[in-house]
Amino acid sequence: MSDKITKASRHVSQNEGLIFEKSSPGKRAFDLPPLDVPAADPAEALGANHRSEGVAGFPEVSEIEALRHFTRLSTWNYAIDLGMYPLGSCTMKYNPRVNEFVARLDGIATEHPLQPEVLSQGCLKIMRLLEKCLLAITGMDALTLQPAAGAQGELTGLLLIRAYLESQGDARKKVLIPDSAHGTNPATAVIAGYQVENIKSDSHGQIDAEKLRELVTEDVAALMITNPSTLGIFEQRISDIAAILHAKGALLYMDGANMNALAGVARPGDFGVDVMHLNLHKTFSTPHGGGGPGAGPVTMKKILEPFRPVPVLVEKAGGELTLEQDRPHSIGRVKAFSGNFGVLVRALAYILAYGPGIRQATEDAVLNANYIRKHLEGVFALPYSLPSMHEVVFSDAIQKQNGVNTMDIAKRLIDYGFHPYTTAFPLIVPGALMIEPTESESKEECDLFIEAMRAIAAEAASDPDIVKHAPHTTRIGRLDEVTAARKPILRWSQGRK
Amino acid sequence: MRYLPKSPAERDQMLAAIGAQSIDDLFSSIPERFRLRESLNLPGPYSEAEVIQYFQERAKEGSVGYTSFLGAGVYNHLRSVVTDTIIQRGEFLTSYTPYQAEISQGTLQAIFEFQTLMCQLTGQEVANASMWDGSTATTEAVLMAERITRRRRVLVARSLHPEYRDVLRTYAKNSGLHVEEVPFGADGTLEQKALESAIRDDVAAVVVQSPNFFGVIEQVPALANIGHSSGALLVVAVTEGVSLGLVRPPAEADIVALEGQSFGLAPSYGGPFVGVISTHEKFVRQMPGRLAGQAADSHGRRGFVLTLAAREQHIRREKATSNICTNQALCALAATVHLALLGKEGLREMAAQNLSKAHFAMNALVKVPGVRRAFEGAFFNEFTIVLPRSVETVNQQLLHEKFVGPLSLGSFYPELTDHALVCVTETTTRTEIERFVSALGRSLGRN
Repeated sequence: MSDKITKASRHVSQNEGLIFEKSSPGKRAFDLPPLDVPAADPAEALGANHRSEGVAGFPEVSEIEALRHFTRLSTWNYAIDLGMYPLGSCTMKYNPRVNEFVARLDGIATEHPLQPEVLSQGCLKIMRLLEKCLLAITGMDALTLQPAAGAQGELTGLLLIRAYLESQGDARKKVLIPDSAHGTNPATAVIAGYQVENIKSDSHGQIDAEKLRELVTEDVAALMITNPSTLGIFEQRISDIAAILHAKGALLYMDGANMNALAGVARPGDFGVDVMHLNLHKTFSTPHGGGGPGAGPVTMKKILEPFRPVPVLVEKAGGELTLEQDRPHSIGRVKAFSGNFGVLVRALAYILAYGPGIRQATEDAVLNANYIRKHLEGVFALPYSLPSMHEVVFSDAIQKQNGVNTMDIAKRLIDYGFHPYTTAFPLIVPGALMIEPTESESKEECDLFIEAMRAIAAEAASDPDIVKHAPHTTRIGRLDEVTAARKPILRWSQGRK
Repeated sequence: MRYLPKSPAERDQMLAAIGAQSIDDLFSSIPERFRLRESLNLPGPYSEAEVIQYFQERAKEGSVGYTSFLGAGVYNHLRSVVTDTIIQRGEFLTSYTPYQAEISQGTLQAIFEFQTLMCQLTGQEVANASMWDGSTATTEAVLMAERITRRRRVLVARSLHPEYRDVLRTYAKNSGLHVEEVPFGADGTLEQKALESAIRDDVAAVVVQSPNFFGVIEQVPALANIGHSSGALLVVAVTEGVSLGLVRPPAEADIVALEGQSFGLAPSYGGPFVGVISTHEKFVRQMPGRLAGQAADSHGRRGFVLTLAAREQHIRREKATSNICTNQALCALAATVHLALLGKEGLREMAAQNLSKAHFAMNALVKVPGVRRAFEGAFFNEFTIVLPRSVETVNQQLLHEKFVGPLSLGSFYPELTDHALVCVTETTTRTEIERFVSALGRSLGRN
């Protein structure tokens, strides 16, 4: 380990096999209270449907072994709790622990989604207050909290657009998507029954409004835009873009993945967006948890309100809240029950902690991104030079001259004690380094990151091999992903190592 | 603000380094007329104590102190504190999707263990990690069957969870799928004759739930035979995972869509839970969702990576098998820890307690004058009874005695007025069951 690395040093971690490899018959880690009714005979009660043996291959370990097993695994992960996690587009910010606490309260975690509404008023009030907050932040008229994640929010939004256009007489055929968009956008449009037409960004990474005017025909249902774009740049002609669509009867969908650049500063409802989703696991701090759960509420303008998924939360005269099932124009249900409620609880706890001060979080996020940009500009190539908001996208063009690419730099960053940035996205930047620090990083942590990135750039020039073979300090090196995909081993089996 | 790690002086230093006069300079790319000049109308800022107080007040309006007999896709089961201890470790809680394998081996190995456990439980060869919940997993299973068979008709058991059917209909509407319902018979299982007459060589999938929405266990092998005779795939949805500790797995199914809420996840007013799809190895490339696979580094050390990503949206965009990106990873981890703790014997014992308590409750309930069992088919921990009066009225009275009564089926099935779905798990004590049975008796005795 080089002594020039300030942030990280080596430490020992424990080896640990698979839980199945630790198993020994007869051990157990969980006891139930004794059965207090006569035991039913499974063979008699279930007949031919009876599974006479337990589940073959299931692990048998004690409590301390199970606890150590998962604790050891946890030490092999990087996490926000350990340091900066500058994944562009992912908004890896601090996950406040009080949010975990309140989501686990008896009376919240214990509630059954089909229980009588008279016992659900607490849960429904939480949803109602979150709705009001999200409407205030986005400047929209109505919303649904049901979608389980951003991608399902996108689908919900497109189905709302489809239902609205159908009610106008024609659902139309196409959805326009910029080439800088997240992969979920085109994948979602197909599920909503639309053809995808990709549109090329202009030389500034923006949507070319003049070209858009030609592309928006009577066949186009919507444009899916990410604003700020995945380059971290605000679409400066956003209201022109909205006007072009609206003039042809098409709608503007906004992917709210980058709302962390706008909350408290500007509202999509004001600049012409008709419908958008929010990723509560990004902007609103609910933990990513290794890939979920999230939640993808969708906010919308009034014209889309009649088509919201059922059930719809409504306030009865007298203030009692109810989930209304009977909505003749609804697109239907997108998920069972009331969305990822536990995630909604955490998001509301986050918003309540900030109140209107959420603007300060946005400002700090933009400050951090620009601070990093300022110190790395010139060291790394900046393909698009318009002002950055919450994230900055460099390319590996300079380091490529020495055979070092964005993935190599990312892997070397691990040795310096950081999680890599997002590599190779957005697709319009060859060899992209997409860096989103969020507001959760101190000046000190940003300085350490800048120091690490500069040191790696220097290595790429003087000793490119050390970068190309990184990481050097992890439990395992780069894994052979090609073989893993060609001959997939997707489960443990007895006797295989 | 306690979450923000900067002093005013540090902000000024950073602005100076950037060369900006004020923070507003950094937002100059947003057209002036769209920049908010006023503060948002939001409650707060709240201290930690105030945040807790707000949610404690909401919690008091809930069902604490009531004994519940609700199931219907969301079950109360015992959970070890160890599970929650593990999933609250920051290294799991605050990490991202494990794209960078070298510093995500903890999550990746846990996913690999999850996939293995799900295969063992469902009798299938491969399982993903994960889908949003059972309802979207069922829908994705149907879309997967459509891709495999290139057929468009889907026969869905009317005894599939009504909200799962609703979700399937929402998705099917725009993908050209034709969804038709197959009725249930007198014993509560899918009517095989109706299935036989509906099935033709244009059917992509037959979809059943087992135990079904009425609690009745389906004859999976027979349904698989009927489906396969026309080249259709059998999709089996499982909403109560604990049943698999005693009920034989749906090994004859081509795709299993499992809701994993019963494995260590709180009811939490309907989510977050965890959906899983498991299937045959030959269908793996048509599967949606994340998969972890075993791999080796250049020194031959074993590790795990996300694999077969060529199916996914971030690679294939509009040609992906699904649009899913963020899934329910932490819930999948909770299920993995929970099942590792339960182990072979614990899961079997938990299942046996559910079976025994539900049968004890059923036997006691049918002794109440006017109450009868609706379906004779075998059941696990849920069963349907018929009351001599409106279920809503009875439940209203039970609520006064601190019982959340069984689910009224009439609002989901107009043909099943006065039918109620009772769920009894290992968390319900004999005393509670006996008190409930007599409260029901008193309620029915009143005029």
